Amino acid sequence: MADSDLGLWAIPLAILGGAVRVSTPFLFVSLGEVLTERSGRINLGLEGTLVFGAMAGYAIAFHTGSPWLGVLAAAGAGALFGLLHGLICSVPRVNDIAVGIALMLLGLGLAFFFGKPYIKPVAPDLPSINFGWWSTYPQVQAALRVNVLFLIGVAAAILLWWMFRATRLGLLIRVVGDSTDAARAMGVRPARIRTLATMAGGAFAGVGGAYLSLFYPGSWNEGISSGQGLMAVALVIFARWNPISCFWAAILFGGAGALGPALQSVGVSEGYYLFYAAPYVLTLGVLIATSSPNRAMTGAPGELSITK
Amino acid sequence: MSLRDRLPTGAIGVETIGMTMRFGAFTALDDVSIKVAPGALHALLGENGAGKSTLVKCMMGFYEATAGQMLVAGKEARITAPNAAHALGMGMVYQHFTLVPSLTAAENLVISREDAPAIINWRREHANLSAFMERMPFKIPLDQPVRALSAGEKQKLEILKQLYLGRRFLILDEPTSVLTPDEADEVLGHVRGLCRAGEISVLMITHKFREVTAYADSVSVLRRGQLVGEGAVAELEHADMARMMMGDAAAAASAPRAKSAASGAPVLAVEGAKAADRSGVKSIDIEDLVVRAGEIVGVAGVSGNGQPELMEILTGQRPIEAGAIKVKGAPYSARRAEARAHAVRYLPEEPLHNACAPRMSVTENIAFRSFDANGASDRFWLANGEMRRRAAELVTAFKVKTTSLDSPISSLSGGNVQRATLARELSGDVDLLIISNPCFGLDFSAVAEIRDRIVAARNAGAAVLLISEDLDEILELADRILVMSEGRISYDRPAAEADRGEIGRHMGGRA
Repeated sequence: MADSDLGLWAIPLAILGGAVRVSTPFLFVSLGEVLTERSGRINLGLEGTLVFGAMAGYAIAFHTGSPWLGVLAAAGAGALFGLLHGLICSVPRVNDIAVGIALMLLGLGLAFFFGKPYIKPVAPDLPSINFGWWSTYPQVQAALRVNVLFLIGVAAAILLWWMFRATRLGLLIRVVGDSTDAARAMGVRPARIRTLATMAGGAFAGVGGAYLSLFYPGSWNEGISSGQGLMAVALVIFARWNPISCFWAAILFGGAGALGPALQSVGVSEGYYLFYAAPYVLTLGVLIATSSPNRAMTGAPGELSITK
Repeated sequence: MSLRDRLPTGAIGVETIGMTMRFGAFTALDDVSIKVAPGALHALLGENGAGKSTLVKCMMGFYEATAGQMLVAGKEARITAPNAAHALGMGMVYQHFTLVPSLTAAENLVISREDAPAIINWRREHANLSAFMERMPFKIPLDQPVRALSAGEKQKLEILKQLYLGRRFLILDEPTSVLTPDEADEVLGHVRGLCRAGEISVLMITHKFREVTAYADSVSVLRRGQLVGEGAVAELEHADMARMMMGDAAAAASAPRAKSAASGAPVLAVEGAKAADRSGVKSIDIEDLVVRAGEIVGVAGVSGNGQPELMEILTGQRPIEAGAIKVKGAPYSARRAEARAHAVRYLPEEPLHNACAPRMSVTENIAFRSFDANGASDRFWLANGEMRRRAAELVTAFKVKTTSLDSPISSLSGGNVQRATLARELSGDVDLLIISNPCFGLDFSAVAEIRDRIVAARNAGAAVLLISEDLDEILELADRILVMSEGRISYDRPAAEADRGEIGRHMGGRA
């Protein structure tokens, strides 16, 4: 039997495969949040955007038969949520955190409302590439079956990193996020750049949602998200607002999320609910470990309301 | 090709004719004509509120002047927005830095260009920047985030940025207010060099006479919105300029600063205190620091040598890893009860942020030391009437200018926030007063008054620790002078024996 052939190696293999599978929504949402926060705003509503994106993507994929149109629809819906957040926050004396929480609840509510008819039907899945064709072990093949969206996410992380470093747009986003005064002195309109960045960030979160409903777990229901949209905010802080670090952080969180199922697959059933809590414990642990009372947070955009 | 290579270069002259600015019934600027010749370094002197900022904001197009004209390079110019001023080659360096802290110097320079490319080829930009820096009199590390630069380097970078953008006429708004004397001399020396070389003309807002006499060619003096005097600096004495600036009102008499050497018992003693600095990399190590009753101990030093950390150690904001802090012989950890029992008071730098709650009222801020005390016991309900009465008394006694006792303290000017904070800290018995950069960015009369208050507290028997980056301030006030360098005290002399040159060498870490 293949299981016994691999022995305990099945655990790291399952964690690796799980990390790649589970990390994709983390990656997209955190990239969206990096983009938003680098411009100086926090969008806590990405959890709602994620779930609404999952619903919208699933619905459109079901009606058109094309999962990619579903992904586009999810991105569009996410962009609309981001635009709404950005516009509301451009009004003076509006708090972005409060608006974010309100939009999170709105997104969840709307997704559940419009999503009722789509719980039963089956929509087509997103394609994945089998990098494990060379192996005869089914576990290896399963672990190396990588979804195309994951690869797109990796490319997006690299692209964002390059954008912040070497494009006028990227530098302007950083300027606006770090010092409103400097941006104004430069003749840039901070509110507009922030709104556009929030909009793009929303689109990322929407795509993350489409991954949930169209690939893994691969169906639409109301409990589809387990808080990825909220944990991505912590992940961004952990990644110090760097898109490349976001990728590694997402892999780490994904791996932690895959710990429970991996142990279950080799027959460890003792306290596996505890292992399911690993990502949340990891979030807390990471935030405590990376904080310090004596050092200022490095890399934090200066205009962010949590760092002011 | 950088922007600079395509624009005409060389200093241009700028002139205002009959510039007038009214805000409603208030005339901020009344028929002011000044002329800055090409290649001149022209100083604009005046007290706070004299209209200096209004004038330059009209020149740069931030305000549209009610009346008046501008001549730029001999031609009439209508400047309705800052962009129009930039297009004419005029630029301004603000008092507060407009650099973006998390971007590197190179990124700051490139993104400030109006024609910054959509995709930045860093290799080419770096080559251009290096070529540009070759021609400049001062050097700045281009690859470090601006956050890591010292105040002097930031100020130099601000000026470099204007040159990089091809400006030929620069307005400098109090360019030295955040610099140490050495940094100020260096920056102004280079600015004058650039003027002499015919690269730029400069209009420098200031209220420091020393800088005017040492660096400027000509000067215009504003008082209450009017031009009250002008001339070549070589023909004017300090006293003339002071009279123009202040009017004929006599300056307040200074408190007697007799340096009585009758210092008493030690009040503050820091013994072998060690702590991490802000970067967490280096350490602060204070072997032995004693302040006695009735003396002012001045701690001089270039910024970034651990002075803020020393202040934080003494205020209990920074934990010490070893050693002890004692006040009157008893261990001291800066708790509120301890501070009250030993009558320890603080005046941190930038009091609006470090010693006030900016949005709370003047009354509430003044009550911070006493609101919960009822004689020797605590109180639960606030005594609003008493708080108001006390605030009113102190506001009058310390001449704090505020529209009302209920205004948020952040609406006050810097000097008045300083006065209000000092009023709070100096009321009641004071045995130990710990001060950091008390006169940062304040004008002339406020500086004199605040220094008088400090001396008065010392004359009344308080032990005073004065941490300041302004060496002149230390030399003026201190009875004993210490120098802090690399987190350590490297020099300790009574003021009478102190030598400016030797202090300077210790400040530079070269002794």
